[in-house]
Amino acid sequence: MRRLLKKAGFYLSVLVLVSPAILVFLWMLSLSFKNELDNTAFPPVFIPNPPVLSNYLDVFAKNNFALYLWNSVLVTGGAVLIGLLVGVPAGYGIARGKAAKFAILILIARMTPALSYLIPLFLLFQMIGLVGSITALVITHLVITIPIIVWIMIGYFENVPLELEQAARIDGATTWQAFRYVALPLAKPGIVIGGILAFIFSWNNFIFSVVLGGKNSRTLPSAVYNSLTFEQISWGPLAAAALLVTLPVLLVTVVAQRQIVAGLSAGGLKDG
Amino acid sequence: MTATTLPPVVGAEPAPPASARHSVDFTPRYWLFAAPAVVVIAAVIVFPWIFTLYMSGHDWKIGGGPEFVGLQNYAELFRDSRFLESMGHTLYFTVLAVVLPILFGTAAALVFHRDFPLRGLLRTIFVMPMMATPVAIALVWTMMFHPQLGVLNYLLSLVGIGPQEWVYAPGTVIPTLVMVEVWHWTPLVMLIVLGGLAGLPSEPYESARIDGASDWQMFRHITLPLVWPFIMVAVVIRTIDALKAFDTIFVITQGGPGTASETLNIFLYLQAFQFYKIGYASAVVVIFFAIVILLSLLLLYARQKSKWNA
Repeated sequence: MRRLLKKAGFYLSVLVLVSPAILVFLWMLSLSFKNELDNTAFPPVFIPNPPVLSNYLDVFAKNNFALYLWNSVLVTGGAVLIGLLVGVPAGYGIARGKAAKFAILILIARMTPALSYLIPLFLLFQMIGLVGSITALVITHLVITIPIIVWIMIGYFENVPLELEQAARIDGATTWQAFRYVALPLAKPGIVIGGILAFIFSWNNFIFSVVLGGKNSRTLPSAVYNSLTFEQISWGPLAAAALLVTLPVLLVTVVAQRQIVAGLSAGGLKDG
Repeated sequence: MTATTLPPVVGAEPAPPASARHSVDFTPRYWLFAAPAVVVIAAVIVFPWIFTLYMSGHDWKIGGGPEFVGLQNYAELFRDSRFLESMGHTLYFTVLAVVLPILFGTAAALVFHRDFPLRGLLRTIFVMPMMATPVAIALVWTMMFHPQLGVLNYLLSLVGIGPQEWVYAPGTVIPTLVMVEVWHWTPLVMLIVLGGLAGLPSEPYESARIDGASDWQMFRHITLPLVWPFIMVAVVIRTIDALKAFDTIFVITQGGPGTASETLNIFLYLQAFQFYKIGYASAVVVIFFAIVILLSLLLLYARQKSKWNA
């Protein structure tokens, strides 16, 4: 009996732990599939009956959603790609060169509020006429992607045994070749994790696009936020848009859960 | 980068001894790998830091030119009651947004450390809030907080609790925003502590059980001391993250009602991009930066000192 009670208590605690997440996500889903009448009904309607797609159609028809989606893809894609091209070799150089001071600089960069980069970069872009351009957003998003990628790659390259590269060097390989053909393939999991986390943090970023994005260069999070201020309560389309914005990230989380957990416990901090 | 000082291995020449392989000229070339990153980091990270410091010593409005005023911005800040209030809000928010996720996250880690059916799936669900786009989630919370039509007040009414004002009253706005923050970031604490639990040895538990220790005693005297360093890491990360909290507060309240939820971050944003006081806002950034660095050093130091004595 005591055992049974203990077991019931355990499952109850599991339920309590996951229910806030389930509640919010399901409510978002429910709002996005209900018509406006049901969304403003009290007591609230929980299960859309019948479920309607009009909110999703609205999002694409009225709000230029496709353009903002494309902007998000360009900005995040560009920032992650450049981040990997620059950050992976840097992680190698820091790990092998034992550049501890540079590593600390990267750590401080990870801890600094994103907002604090915004004023100087805004002035700079204003001076060279880049405010409102995709280029400015890609450059600014490097503030997010490079530190996380470098930080994770340092950890991975430190775990690649130096002896393998030394053996390659003895066989006549250059430093570059030892990096390219020995260390890089072994650190591949790190590249995947660094890329995924950089993608998530860059995709989720909001404030850079609010300040630096123009009417046509906004990324999704700030575009959805802007639609909030212009429309009155129209919860259905808003919930549908919110769901579409966060869907890619949630899908990546589900697919790559194992890698993300490994990457975060390897010392990743979130950005913000 | 392709030049090498190692002689090409020709014929049956023996490999150089180990000491020769560790020759000094290995080190400088590794810097070349970091060179592109150094350039980019100098441009988008270090330059903004220095420029911010420079701006903080000037009276500078967007559109106008800089005028050197020395430390006047800083002096003015500490006379600005709105700034001082925002410091108070930040402190209140941060304390709650560190303590609660640490408690819940540690409890969650203990639960997910055990094996039970569907654990993998449930853990994925539990971790999802951490990855979800904060703006999107903030919009959903905003709809849930609606005083008349919101689902939260309805759910409370089911258990006999009267309607709450959530983010619409100065008294409840910060705890409500903390609730959203707790929702988002408890999973990160859980993951960090779970990592600590995964490395625990099993022997102490076996002998403690033979000695008749209760579950609570085992947690208090074995588990807690062993995972303490991980909890401290989580405290450091949470503190820095809570100080930086911006997206959800900005979307849900924009610092309101009035200035009741205006944290340092929101204050800074408004000064810079609503009132265009660049120099003034830069001084806030410098103070903010100093607090973040100081806190992380302090907490890392505390972590080294607190070799928990059980």
